[in-house]
Amino acid sequence: MTTSSTSVLFGTIDEVGTALADGSITSLDLTRAVFDHIEAIEPDIHAFIRLNRSDALKTAEEADRRREANASLGLLDGIPISIKDQIITKGLETTAGSKILQGYIPPYDATVVQRLKAAGAIIIGKNNQDEFAMGSSTEYSAYGATSNPYDFSRVPGGSSGGSAAAVAAGAGFASLGTDTGGSIRQPAAFCGVVGVKPTYGRVSRFGSIAFASSLDQIGPITRNVRDAAHVLQVIGGPDPRDSTCRTVPMPDLLSDLEGGPKGLRIGLVKEAFEPDGLAPDIAERVLETANQLEAAGAELVKVSLPSLPHAIAAYYLTATAEASSNLARYDGVRYGQRANMGNARKVDLVDMYNQTRSEGFGPEVKRRILLGTYVLSAGYYDAFYVKAQRIRTLIGRDFQRAFEHCDALCLPTSPVAPFAQGERTSDPLQMYLADIYTIACNLARVCAVSVPAGLDAKGLPVGVQFICNHLQEPMLLRVARACEVQTGGYCPPAPVQGLVTEGP
Amino acid sequence: MSRYAMESILERWEPVIGLEVHAQLKTKTKIFCGCPTDFGAEPNTHVCPVCLGHPGTLPVLNRSVVRMAMSTGLGLHCTVTTESIFARKNYFYPDLPKGYQISQFDKPICTDGWLEIVLPERTFRAGIERVHMEEDAGKNLHDAQTGLSQVDFNRTGVPLVEIVGRPDLHSAEEAMAYLKELRNILRYLDVCDGNLEEGSFRCDANVSIRPSGTKPLGTRVEVKNINSFRNVGRALGYEIRRQARALESGEAVVLETRLFDADAGHTQSMRSKEESADYRYFPDPDLLPLRLDPDTIEEARSALPPLPEDVRNRFKERYELRPYDIGVLTDEKDLAMFFEEIVAAGSEAVAASKWVQTEVLGRLSGDKLAISECPVPAAKIARLLIHQSEGRITGKMAKDIFDKMWRENIDPDVAVEQIGGVISDDTDLRRICAEITTQFPDETAQFLAGKTKVMGFLMGQLMRQTKGKADPQRASQLLRETLQAMDSSEE
Amino acid sequence: MPISRKDVEHVAKLARLQLTAAEVEQMTRELGTVLDYVARLDSLDLDTIDPDFYEESESLPQRDDVPEDSLTQVDALKNAPDDDGCFFIVPRVV
Repeated sequence: MTTSSTSVLFGTIDEVGTALADGSITSLDLTRAVFDHIEAIEPDIHAFIRLNRSDALKTAEEADRRREANASLGLLDGIPISIKDQIITKGLETTAGSKILQGYIPPYDATVVQRLKAAGAIIIGKNNQDEFAMGSSTEYSAYGATSNPYDFSRVPGGSSGGSAAAVAAGAGFASLGTDTGGSIRQPAAFCGVVGVKPTYGRVSRFGSIAFASSLDQIGPITRNVRDAAHVLQVIGGPDPRDSTCRTVPMPDLLSDLEGGPKGLRIGLVKEAFEPDGLAPDIAERVLETANQLEAAGAELVKVSLPSLPHAIAAYYLTATAEASSNLARYDGVRYGQRANMGNARKVDLVDMYNQTRSEGFGPEVKRRILLGTYVLSAGYYDAFYVKAQRIRTLIGRDFQRAFEHCDALCLPTSPVAPFAQGERTSDPLQMYLADIYTIACNLARVCAVSVPAGLDAKGLPVGVQFICNHLQEPMLLRVARACEVQTGGYCPPAPVQGLVTEGP
Repeated sequence: MSRYAMESILERWEPVIGLEVHAQLKTKTKIFCGCPTDFGAEPNTHVCPVCLGHPGTLPVLNRSVVRMAMSTGLGLHCTVTTESIFARKNYFYPDLPKGYQISQFDKPICTDGWLEIVLPERTFRAGIERVHMEEDAGKNLHDAQTGLSQVDFNRTGVPLVEIVGRPDLHSAEEAMAYLKELRNILRYLDVCDGNLEEGSFRCDANVSIRPSGTKPLGTRVEVKNINSFRNVGRALGYEIRRQARALESGEAVVLETRLFDADAGHTQSMRSKEESADYRYFPDPDLLPLRLDPDTIEEARSALPPLPEDVRNRFKERYELRPYDIGVLTDEKDLAMFFEEIVAAGSEAVAASKWVQTEVLGRLSGDKLAISECPVPAAKIARLLIHQSEGRITGKMAKDIFDKMWRENIDPDVAVEQIGGVISDDTDLRRICAEITTQFPDETAQFLAGKTKVMGFLMGQLMRQTKGKADPQRASQLLRETLQAMDSSEE
Repeated sequence: MPISRKDVEHVAKLARLQLTAAEVEQMTRELGTVLDYVARLDSLDLDTIDPDFYEESESLPQRDDVPEDSLTQVDALKNAPDDDGCFFIVPRVV
C-alpha cells in the first residue's frame, strides 16, 4: 500500500469509497489499518467497549470479493463503521454501557444494523457510552470513561461519547449514536464532528435499547455532512417492526445537499443566547457562523421559543418516567447479570431483584429510575408526567410558529466547552442544565444537527446546531453543509495525530 | 336452620358481586409479535425477542385481536370507542418479561354493555362496565423439591380480553349463570374456547355484602384463583358466609385480595404480599392510539354471528320447547346448529330435542367427543326419528338402531327395513296374543280368576316373543281384548 | 422538602432498588434539588393545554395474524443466568 493509511483514516466516506473503487486500497487493508489505528489510540481515548476484529476482517474480505466481481452493494460497501453499545448487534455482546447487561449476546440485529450490513458496511466494534444513554460526558459508563481526542483530560460529551470520539479520532468512517436529549449532538460538538438527530420516527427504534421511548432516535455521527447523509439514507425509512416509525419514505438526502445558503431563512433563537451559563466564545462563534451564512446569501431572522426555559423540567419528568418503565426488564431473569445470592434455595425473589438491580445499575441510572418511578407514582402522575406532556404541546407550538418565519433555527449545541473529567459529576442538576439547547428538539420531535464550527481559544471544538421541522432532513443537511463550507468543518485532532506514526 | 346456612344469611344480607373475566382470544399469533399461540408446546419454544422482553424490542399490534375484541364488545352490547389507548401496567414478576404488562387503562376499546341472564324464575340484564385488550403473562411453576421456580414464556403475549362486569349479581347462582352465558357468548362469537380448566377463560370475583334492603355498598374483597364453574359457587358461598360471620361478630371486612383454595374450600388472605400495588399506569409510548371509525365498527357489528340470546329467541318462536330445553340446546353453538339441522331434515322439534338430550349428549360425553365430532350426521338422526314418529319402530327399537348407527354408521332406513319394523297389524297381533294364552295357560287362568297383576307377566312374554317389535300400547289393548273374550266365552 | 426519605425508600421498593442509608440520604438530597427545579412549572397556567402524548400524524400500524419465526429453545435460553435446558430458573417468592 502506497498511500499513508493514517490520512485515509481521517478522510471521508466519498474519499475512501473512491480509493476502494479504483483499487488503490482494499477493504481488508483498510479495515486492518483501522484496527491498528485503534490499537494505537485506545489506551488514551477508550472509545470502544468491544472490538469486532475477526468478524470485521471476514466481512471486509467479502466486500472485496464483491467489488472484484463488480457486484458492489454501494458506497458503504466495505466501509468500517462503529456502533454505540446502546444499539443491538446480533451475536456481538451489547451492554448499553452497563454492568447489568455484561455478557448479553443479542439473538437479533437492530433494524439499522441490518440495513448497514445489507449495504456492506463493516461493523468494527461497539462504542463506549454513558450507561443506558443517561449522561452528558460518558463518565457514567460502567466500563471506564472516554477521553476527548482534542484534549485527553476532557470529556468527549455524552451519552454517545465513544461514538463521537472514535469518529473524531479516525477510528472508522462513521458511528451510529442515539439521541434522547442531545446525546448525539452534544458529543459531536465536543468532538468536532457532525451529529444528526433525525425527526422522531424517521429511523427505526427496533433494536435501540430503550431509554425514553417517546424521545429516542438513532442517528449518524460522521466527520462531514455528506457522510452523515450517506449513512442516514441507508438506515432511515419505514420499518413495520417499530409502531412509532413514520410510514413516509426516505427522501433523497443528497440531491439538495449543495443547494447552498442563498435564499434560506435562518432563525436565531432569542432565548438561546440569554442563559448566564452560555460561554461567551461559544455564543460569539455561533453568531459569527450565522453572519457568515448571511454574507453567503442567507437571511437571518429573529425567532423566539418562549417555552424553551421549561424544556429541561419537562424533559426530565418525561424521560425519567419512561426510563423507569423501560429499565424494569433488567431483572436478572432472562438475560444479563444476576446477583450472586449464594445458596439459591433460601433466596427470596424480591431480594434477587433488589440485589441484581442495585449491583448492576450505576448511580445516575438509579437516580433517574427513582425520579421516574416517583413521577409516575400514585398521586403524582398528573402533577408531573401529564404536566410535562402539556409543556411538550407548548414547545411544539413554539417550534411551529418559529418555522413559519424560517427554514432552520440556529443556536449553540452546548452552552459550555468540553469540560474536564470529574468536573461535573458531583452535581447532577448542573449536568442536566447543560442540555438546554438540545432537549427541546426531542420533546418537539423535530430534526437537528450539530456541525463543527472551528476550535475555541483553548483548541477545543465548538459546535453549532441547526434545527428543522418534522421530516425536513434534506433542508437540515443542506443548511449543515452550507455551514460546513463556511467554517471549514472537521479537522483531525492534534493530540491523536501525535499518537499515530505515519505509515510507509 | 343454622344461622349461617346460606338461605338464612340471605334473609339478613344481600351479596353484591361483580365478576372480572380474562378470556384468551383464539388468534393464531400473539398480540404484539408473530409467535404462535397454540397450547401445550414444549416450554420456551413459542418465544421471540419481543415477547421475551429483550432489550430494544417493540410491540406491533395483531389486527385479529382488535377484530375479536370489537366482536366481544359488540356481542355484549357495548359501545366500541373510536379511540382507545394502550397503557403500561408496571410491576415485577418473573412471568412478566418487560416488567410491565401492556394493557388498557383510561380508554378501553369497549364500554357500557350488558348480557342477559336467564334463570328459572326470571330473566334480567347484568351490566358490563368495559372490555379491554391486554397481553397474557408466562407461566411460573413452583418446584417444591428445589425451592425454585421454573418459568415458561410460551404464554407471554397471548392476547386476552378482560371483561369487567358491574356489581349487578346478588348470589352465587346468578354469578354462575352470568359466567355460563358469558362463556357461551364468547364461544358463539368464536373468539374464545371458554375453557376454565385449561385457563383460556379465567374468573376473579369482587364480593361484598350489605344488609338486605340497604343501598350503600360494603367493603369489597377480590377473590382469585377460581378455576372451575363449580368452584365459583363454592368460593362465593364461602366468602359470603365469611363476611356475614365477620360483620355479625363486630369485625370489619378488610379491603384485600384473597385466594380460593379448592382443596380446603376456603379463601385465604394474600396479605403477606404487598399492600395495594401501585401500577403507575401511563400511556404506552411505543403504541399509537387505536382509532376505529364508525364504518369499521358497523362492519364488525353486521358481521357478528348469531348470539345465544338470538338463537334462544328464535327457538322460542319457532319450536314449542320448554325454556329448560331451549337452555340446554343453546348451551353450545354447535349443539344448537346440530339440533336445527335435525329439525330441518324433517324431524319434529320436541322429538329431536328429547333425542338430542337423552341419546346424543350422553354418548358424546361418554366417548369424550365434541358435538362437531358426533359420528351420526343430523340428517340420519332425523330419518330415525321420523320412522319412530310414523310408528314403524318403537322407542326401544330406535335406541337399539341408534347404538348401531353410533358404532358402525349404518343407515337408519336400511336398519328399520332389516329389523322388520313394528308389528302394528292387528291380525298379526291377535294371533300372537292367542299364542301367548295357549303357551301360558296357568297365568291366563290366574288372570281370568281375577289376578290382574299377571297381565304384566303376559305382556312381558308377548314382547319377548315379538322381540320387542310389537307396539306395546296396541298389543296390550289387544291382549286384554283376547283375554276378555276368553273370559266371556267361558261363561 | 420536595421529597422525603420515606418517599425515596418507597419508590426504591417499587423500583426494586436496594439503597444503603447513605444512598437514601444522597438520593433524597439530589432528587430534591431536581424536583425543586421542576417546581418552576407550577407557576404556569396549563389547564387549557392538552398533553402531547403522541405524534398524531400516523395511525397505529397493525400486522396480520400470520406466524413468524420463533427462537429455538436453545436460543431462547442462551442468555439465561440460570436455566435447566427447558425452563428459566428463578428464586421463589418466599
